Amino acid sequence: MTVLAIAEHRRGDLRDASFELITAGRDLADSIGGDLHVAVIGGEVGAFADELDREGVDAIHTVAEGEEFNHDVYTQAVEALYDEVAPDVLLMPNTVNGLDYAPAVANGLSLPLVTDAIDVDYGDTLDVTREMYGSKVETVVEVDADRVAISIRPGEWPPAEGTGDADVREFDVDIDESAVRSTVTGFQEVGGGDVDITDAEVLVSVGRGIEEEENIALVEELADTLGATLSSSRPIVDNGWLPKNRQVGQSGKVVTPEVYIAIGISGAVQHVAGMKGAETIVAINTDSSAPIYDLADYGIVDDLFEVVPALIEAFGGDPPDV
Amino acid sequence: MKVLIAVAEVAEVEDDFEIDGLAIDDRYLNYDLNEWDDYAVEAGVQIQEAGDDVEVVSVTIGPERADETIRMALAKGVDRSIRVWDDELESVDYLDSETKADVLAAVVEEEQPDLVLTGVQSDDTAFGATGVSLADEIGFEWAAVVNHLEYEPGSETASVHRELEGGVEELTDVELPAVLTIQTGINEPRYASLRGIRQAQSKEIAPKTLDELGLDASVTESAVTLTQLYEPETESDATLFEGGPDEEASQLADLLRDKGVVEG
Repeated sequence: MTVLAIAEHRRGDLRDASFELITAGRDLADSIGGDLHVAVIGGEVGAFADELDREGVDAIHTVAEGEEFNHDVYTQAVEALYDEVAPDVLLMPNTVNGLDYAPAVANGLSLPLVTDAIDVDYGDTLDVTREMYGSKVETVVEVDADRVAISIRPGEWPPAEGTGDADVREFDVDIDESAVRSTVTGFQEVGGGDVDITDAEVLVSVGRGIEEEENIALVEELADTLGATLSSSRPIVDNGWLPKNRQVGQSGKVVTPEVYIAIGISGAVQHVAGMKGAETIVAINTDSSAPIYDLADYGIVDDLFEVVPALIEAFGGDPPDV
Repeated sequence: MKVLIAVAEVAEVEDDFEIDGLAIDDRYLNYDLNEWDDYAVEAGVQIQEAGDDVEVVSVTIGPERADETIRMALAKGVDRSIRVWDDELESVDYLDSETKADVLAAVVEEEQPDLVLTGVQSDDTAFGATGVSLADEIGFEWAAVVNHLEYEPGSETASVHRELEGGVEELTDVELPAVLTIQTGINEPRYASLRGIRQAQSKEIAPKTLDELGLDASVTESAVTLTQLYEPETESDATLFEGGPDEEASQLADLLRDKGVVEG
């Protein structure tokens, strides 16, 4: 059995997901005895290959096509590599770029695709664990096929460590330029603004539970009273209630404050990715089964519209009417 | 030109629920327009408003119940809708993205849109794969996780931003025909006006079966089968403050003072 994992890099650096794929791939290959191949496409592939040569990697394929991710190139390269390596399992990262090429590759190769895996078990059957309904349930899906494509959720497997002894192979692929119909023209940092939430010692962070824009004033007052900085989860920014520079999460900022007070935040995986490094996490949420409590050190399972005013008053503040 | 928007009706689960076999008991489910698709509808309607001859059509794979959700899209400006369902689809417990893409591909074949929009993912199954699978299936170009779109109706290229992780956006030009999967926050979805709601009642929702789309039952065959569905075990070891809002707030205030991060 062979596993082929596709590494990911951006702007000159391999991303953590690449090393997590190696761990997941090695586990899978070990479960029934087999090889782990890793491929890296575009950029400084030689340097990337050196870095990807972690313990447990048998072969690394380098494809020197382009500098940055382009899904038209990736799709062609991965499909060609698939023909070359003939893996039983094709592993890709469930990152934004993974979402941009993995389904096309799976469709092009007629492989069943299971996305956003949080666990993969190769026993009598290939069972993939994933979440549904906003992380409220976990599901196991069985894949009844000889070959399969799986995209794995970042952060679920530890990054591979140790130095390996992989066979590094250059792989030439004849890219059909007529099929390259998208052009990456650049990158743009977002979210600058007046406040850098990554500097804050204490973050008061507000989520969907706040219900209405005018209620944000309540949490703003708490932040002011505590001398803390106001941040938020994604829906608040999507609604335009706070600017993008306040967003904590996978597509926002990664923060590591001493105290993170999550108010009305359920703790979706994309949010957790941005705040799990906080020293102390406090959650205020009416739903005791919300995933934020898996991470929280302290919790108040109660109505934020009663708790937050009481907290403002406890520090001598004057809660606004909302 | 024509914009096709793939719109899903999704089930939202109440905070407390029970599982019945391989599904959540229907008593605990509320059906609604998929959040990501609401932004896709808005993006489509904005293109329609920017051009003189733009038709916006929505397509939904779902039972008759979904008509209520589809009417919301119609009330927001979608011109007409297609809803695909039959006994064969009804009998499938777990529609994977491959099946959805195959069904949508048949609709694209009939409708011949220039642009297909859909949400990045659906809130229930969260596969996040249907749009790009569809693009590959029909030979359209694509872009996934689009959070900014510049497109002049009739133009051969769309300029998009793709929202990458860590506050970085990728700027990409995409040739049409294309499928774009739309991220939340790309725009501000409008509320349906009373006039729009009234007008929606007279707009067409065309039911289609697999057979009518030239597909047979094999399209629903999948190598992926749902075998377990359960509530994840809580890993919480949080200390919970109790005793009502005032008491809870007081305990949290003491904690913050003890930590020395807050004065007062």
